[in-house]
Amino acid sequence: MTDTLTAAPKTSTGKSLRTEEMIINMGPQHPSTHGVLRLEIVVDGEIVVDVVPHIGYLHRCFEKHCEHMTNYQQVIPYVDRMDYVCAMNNEFAYVVAAERLLKIQVPERVEFIRVIMAELQRIASHLIAVGTYGIDIGAFTPFLYCFRDREKILDLFEMTCGARLLYNYMWIGGLSHDLPPDFVPRAKEFCAYFKPKIKEFNDLLTYNEIFVKRTAMTGVLPADVGLNYACSGPMLRASGVNWDLRRDDPYSVYHKFDWEVAVGKGEMGPVGSCWDRHIVRMKEMEQSVRILEQALAQIPEGDVQSAIPKRIRPNPGEVYARTESPRGELGFYIVSDGTATPYRIKARGPGFVNLSVISEIAKGAMIADLVAIVGSIDIVLGEVDR
Amino acid sequence: MNPVAEYFGDIYRGLRTATIGMRITFKHLFTRAVTIQYPTVKMKLPERARNRLYVNMDDCIGCDQCAMACPVDCIQIETIKSTPEDNLGTTSTGQKKRLHVPVFDIDIAKCCYCGLCVYPCPTECIKMTDVYEFSEFDRHSLIYSFSTMTPAEIETAKMKAKKMEEEAAAKKAAAAAAAKAAAEAKAAAPAVPVPPAPPAAPQQQKPE
Amino acid sequence: MEQYLTSLFGDTIWVHILMGVPPLVFILLYALVVIYLEMKMAAHMQDRLAYMRTGWHGLLQPIADMLKLLQKEDTIPAAADKFLFLLAPYVVFIGTYAAFAALPFGSAYIGSGINVGVFYILAISSLVVVGLLMAGWASNNKWSLFGALRSAAQIVSYEIPSALAILAVVMMAGTMNLQELSAMQTGGIGHWMILGGSLPLAKKLIAVPLMLVLFLIYYVSSMAEVNRTPFDIPEAESELVQGYNTEYSGMKFAIFYLAEYANLFAVSAIVTVLFFGGWASPFASLMTGPWWSAFWFVTKGMFFVSLNIWLRWTLPRFRVDQLMYMSWKVLTPFALACVVGLGLLLVW
Repeated sequence: MTDTLTAAPKTSTGKSLRTEEMIINMGPQHPSTHGVLRLEIVVDGEIVVDVVPHIGYLHRCFEKHCEHMTNYQQVIPYVDRMDYVCAMNNEFAYVVAAERLLKIQVPERVEFIRVIMAELQRIASHLIAVGTYGIDIGAFTPFLYCFRDREKILDLFEMTCGARLLYNYMWIGGLSHDLPPDFVPRAKEFCAYFKPKIKEFNDLLTYNEIFVKRTAMTGVLPADVGLNYACSGPMLRASGVNWDLRRDDPYSVYHKFDWEVAVGKGEMGPVGSCWDRHIVRMKEMEQSVRILEQALAQIPEGDVQSAIPKRIRPNPGEVYARTESPRGELGFYIVSDGTATPYRIKARGPGFVNLSVISEIAKGAMIADLVAIVGSIDIVLGEVDR
Repeated sequence: MNPVAEYFGDIYRGLRTATIGMRITFKHLFTRAVTIQYPTVKMKLPERARNRLYVNMDDCIGCDQCAMACPVDCIQIETIKSTPEDNLGTTSTGQKKRLHVPVFDIDIAKCCYCGLCVYPCPTECIKMTDVYEFSEFDRHSLIYSFSTMTPAEIETAKMKAKKMEEEAAAKKAAAAAAAKAAAEAKAAAPAVPVPPAPPAAPQQQKPE
Repeated sequence: MEQYLTSLFGDTIWVHILMGVPPLVFILLYALVVIYLEMKMAAHMQDRLAYMRTGWHGLLQPIADMLKLLQKEDTIPAAADKFLFLLAPYVVFIGTYAAFAALPFGSAYIGSGINVGVFYILAISSLVVVGLLMAGWASNNKWSLFGALRSAAQIVSYEIPSALAILAVVMMAGTMNLQELSAMQTGGIGHWMILGGSLPLAKKLIAVPLMLVLFLIYYVSSMAEVNRTPFDIPEAESELVQGYNTEYSGMKFAIFYLAEYANLFAVSAIVTVLFFGGWASPFASLMTGPWWSAFWFVTKGMFFVSLNIWLRWTLPRFRVDQLMYMSWKVLTPFALACVVGLGLLLVW
């Protein structure tokens, strides 16, 4: 009955059994679409023939709002709220773009602290990604372990800037607060605490045979398809493409640290499967801890607010700057017309681009696999819809 | 790979990883819980915690910096000029207050807790406290009015300001009329041969 | 107990009605305990505390839950097949409750001491499948239908390995009557079926590994019969919202819930009777007697229920085709091999 599996919606007749394809709606409210995403699935029995994602349920006109802000610093709370799970990385991308536009050089202490915050946030974001992925597959316990560890990171953030989720911490030219005195010891404590937890998580979920069998054969994204669709981040690295913006298009002080880029090798199945994306995230967490330890040992002294401009009035021009967020390449394209209000800010969200590849990789999978595939892309609707 | 070996390998790996997982969860049965019983036990927030806003009106000079800094426009401020006789006092940072502030409303439901209003305040009168339990049943109760002026005070202040404005306007009109009269008188005087005026000093406009 | 009641009432219908009441009472009390146990075990495995506010450490929470479910609004979707929709929970519950009739709750009580006890249990618990299919179809909801169809396929497939495992034990014991099976295992832990029953020592050494494998096979199949993770795709929360349960609320949902837990105890009880001595005390003559035997039965049953809960919160869930693969290509061949092996051993 192979002819029914690859056909467009119709009833198949002829020699094979007459079957009909069903259109199922995995609606905006669903426990396992990560946010308000509507997937229109055309199924033949249990096999998926086509997936059409419908987005826009979380569109909040963020880019339009930015055109009415009185200055560039006011945009930062909005940028936080785009991808609310990794707010520090969003701010990092925006301030890198704005500083490039304004040609501001920030003190080195600021750069180090920004890297520390970004890597901590990367760990926190990946913890959510792998925890919720476990729930999608059916294992409820690892999610709670991930949140327990995430609490420690959020405590560090709260100690520094007062907020746990949406920080308004990285400002153009510097930071809003300097590190409190007990930040560095507590962060080092966290690194030591966290390394065995990664191993525990791997034992519990990643190498569990049931989990491997469910994820290692599905959602295979070939490297050329991934590159053509402009995928980035763990999705692309899992397909074997060794590309990481922190190393290949360097910004801030990442070049000062010794770390490796995690690439999927196809240990349990074809290269680019869901399992590969999962293990790439786990390995990235380990590498983030490595960067953290090096950065914490080397923070120079300085004033974090010395380079913050009193009045931001850039020359007319435009800039595009991209950084590596936990989900992929997050870029900001800022157009300035010489006034204090930005003329146009466009955010290139990695989730939006990564989600577009779902109809390619989900063909031929089963519905249960579809949940695994969507979970492995790790989308946050906040940045898909903005 | 040899299918038979794969078959038995799968079974063996399945049993082994299941027991490893079970051992982890069993160990966790006896570890201490990391949660606290919230309403009876509350976590201590760090000192930089950013929660509900508070404005100390004694220190507010009505400069409107916080309202301009807010990205979601949740602060509404209205001011009335004070007359020179009024003594509104000084703030704790030593500045003399010159404006009455009859309306200082913060819609805390709109507030996004970014803290951008705290930094520009010259007298540090607007602060983020650590209060996070302020739910209300009615949405309108979330509009906090910090102004301490009574309606009677607001009326008197408005009248005084209006009067001062009218006096100032009258004075200006009188001065304008006097200048006009002087100019007319000068124009009506008999022509006196006056020496030619010296060449006008170069009064160039500075280029904008 | 039957003789006692007959002596009280004579040979009237009352005897039979009263004989049917203890399992019902047990199910209701047990449901309260197992709900609490499951939540607390899950919570402590996840480093958190569950109920703490109703009663000391939440002991009264199951009662609160039951009260809540009882007074909830019973909604019926407008386009649902009303008759089947209303009937389905009761069919499921009847299938489960009827299985309790052949379980020996102690040396003095068994609901119905029929000679085909375990065969009857296997047969009547298949009624649950009919109920689930009715629930899925009558809900008029594509997701419920998916859940119901998957569930039917799953339960029917896993009947085979469980029947084969039961067959092996019956071969060894020579009887299908569960009361007699339990009675055969008295006299200390060495007489339990899992340790070879009443075979001589030489044969025991070969029988024990076979019995161990059979126990594993039966335990795994029983988890699939009751739709518990890792086999809970019929109610896979993250995929199908709540599977066949989606459109049910209030009292009907409570009955589904009750039936699932009752089924869980029923299969745990079968495991204890077949392999672990039923109501026989592990110490030879210590703690025996009608009340002690009831205690042992319930305790061993609860032990396997907790084992089930432990597995539920550790393992992820299988996909439908992997589940089928496991049943037909892993459990059944191993069960057949063990049956043949055990048969040869017994004939020797």
